[in-house]
Amino acid sequence: MKKDLNPIADQKAEKISPEVKNKENSFATSLKDVFIEVALISKFAGRYFKEVFKPPFEFKEFLKQSYLIGYKSLALVGITGFIMGLVLTIQSKPTMAEFGAEAWIPGMVGVSIIREIGPVITALICAGKIGSGIGAELGSMNVTEQIDSMEVSGANPFKYLVVTRIMATTLMIPVLVIFSDLISLYGSYVGVNLDGKVSFTLFFSKVFESLDFIDLLPAFIKSFFFGFIIGLIGCYKGYNSKKGTEGVGRAANSAVVIASLMVFIIDMIAVQITTLFT
Amino acid sequence: MKSSERENKETDKSEVIVEMKNIKKSFNNNHVLKNVNFTLKKGENLVILGKSGTGKSVLIKCIVKLIEIDSGELFVFDENLLDLNEKELNEIRGKIGFLFQSGALYDSMTVRENLEFPIQRKSKGVKEEELDKLVKEVLENVGLINTIDKMPAELSGGMRKRISLARTLILKPELILYDEPTTGLDPITSREISELILEIQNKYKTSSIIITHDIKCAQITANRIMVINNGEFIAEGTFDELQNSKDEIVSSFFK
Repeated sequence: MKKDLNPIADQKAEKISPEVKNKENSFATSLKDVFIEVALISKFAGRYFKEVFKPPFEFKEFLKQSYLIGYKSLALVGITGFIMGLVLTIQSKPTMAEFGAEAWIPGMVGVSIIREIGPVITALICAGKIGSGIGAELGSMNVTEQIDSMEVSGANPFKYLVVTRIMATTLMIPVLVIFSDLISLYGSYVGVNLDGKVSFTLFFSKVFESLDFIDLLPAFIKSFFFGFIIGLIGCYKGYNSKKGTEGVGRAANSAVVIASLMVFIIDMIAVQITTLFT
Repeated sequence: MKSSERENKETDKSEVIVEMKNIKKSFNNNHVLKNVNFTLKKGENLVILGKSGTGKSVLIKCIVKLIEIDSGELFVFDENLLDLNEKELNEIRGKIGFLFQSGALYDSMTVRENLEFPIQRKSKGVKEEELDKLVKEVLENVGLINTIDKMPAELSGGMRKRISLARTLILKPELILYDEPTTGLDPITSREISELILEIQNKYKTSSIIITHDIKCAQITANRIMVINNGEFIAEGTFDELQNSKDEIVSSFFK
């Protein structure tokens, strides 16, 4: 009876091969998994905001994490920042020279570093170093039942491990971004002076002439969001890692991948918001 | 009911530390605990004997609500665990010590910091000298005072178990749950740990549930043994009673 009602549709349905059906099913499952993951991360973030203002506060652990995340990353962030500024200057110099616009190099490099490259590259480096570190550390604590042990002893492992780490990344990444920006500008100054002679004062006065308040503030604000998301994803992946050594590896790896992707998404949103005010 | 009978029943009830009634727990289609019933009395060392993967660890994790049961009733210190809020649950957890299979020492902290961690969070404002005294006292009790400033990575498997036990004891628990305390240890260290469990029971008057498949450990520590197989208890008795059991699974542990 049913076939008689809509024979063409039934014929089409019969023509869909099992392979296509399987692909459609796996796509639907993957999409569902993505939505579930987003919901779980949001719930995790919600718990963070609930716990962050509630005493008792783990100041000692927060300071320790700030030291490990901030101070221990200075060398890596500094070296990459210096190379970034140097390379950007060396690469752009011939093109600028063609137009006789070499004098604009400090301004151009300054704006690109402060507005965009500095915060994004620093955040990506931190996603790799700090995000994976947090993911692996909490993941291995989970696997070796250390988190369960804290919970059973009546301590709050979420407050001790998660809240302190997310707070530390949120506050330390902006500091690292500022540090990286300054080192990058110094790298650019070195690049300009490789085959020329520009004084330190002239270079930096040209840089700051080109910068407005609107260049500095959005870059500074978005670096807080970068820090928050790096800490959040690292902690979420580690805290909820599956048992076994494979789970630890996966937690560290996915923390880096998702945090890096989120850095770009936040940057894109930040740029859209900034353009509304310029 | 006669008054003396009622009195006895009330005394019995007050002596029960843990009571499980018709407990069931499944992970997807894997029915780990099928219908578990048992009671643990005050001051008793109850050994739960069973093969690997029969639900022993899941059972004791349910007692501290690290794993939630699917159905049944679970009373710990006369409180229905399912009715408790977070604060009440933490109060109950404060009376329970849990020795994990791996020891679960915090590997970023020294032995001293490991021992200080739970007490600093349980008893706010405890003085530095008092804390130092407590730490040294429990370390002396497990015979490892010289490891106070070492990192967990510097300790052997047996030492880790002892430190973990010291961390449990520092909170002065009324009930201690041991998850395979002798697994992965050599026979001599296993015996030392088993004797330490017995010593703790006598010294601190604790009640304990000891999960194990080590028959020597069961022999040394148990007041009563329950044998679990496929998520259900199949035998109960003292070591001597079970040793003479005709049941194939039970007798296989004693061979």
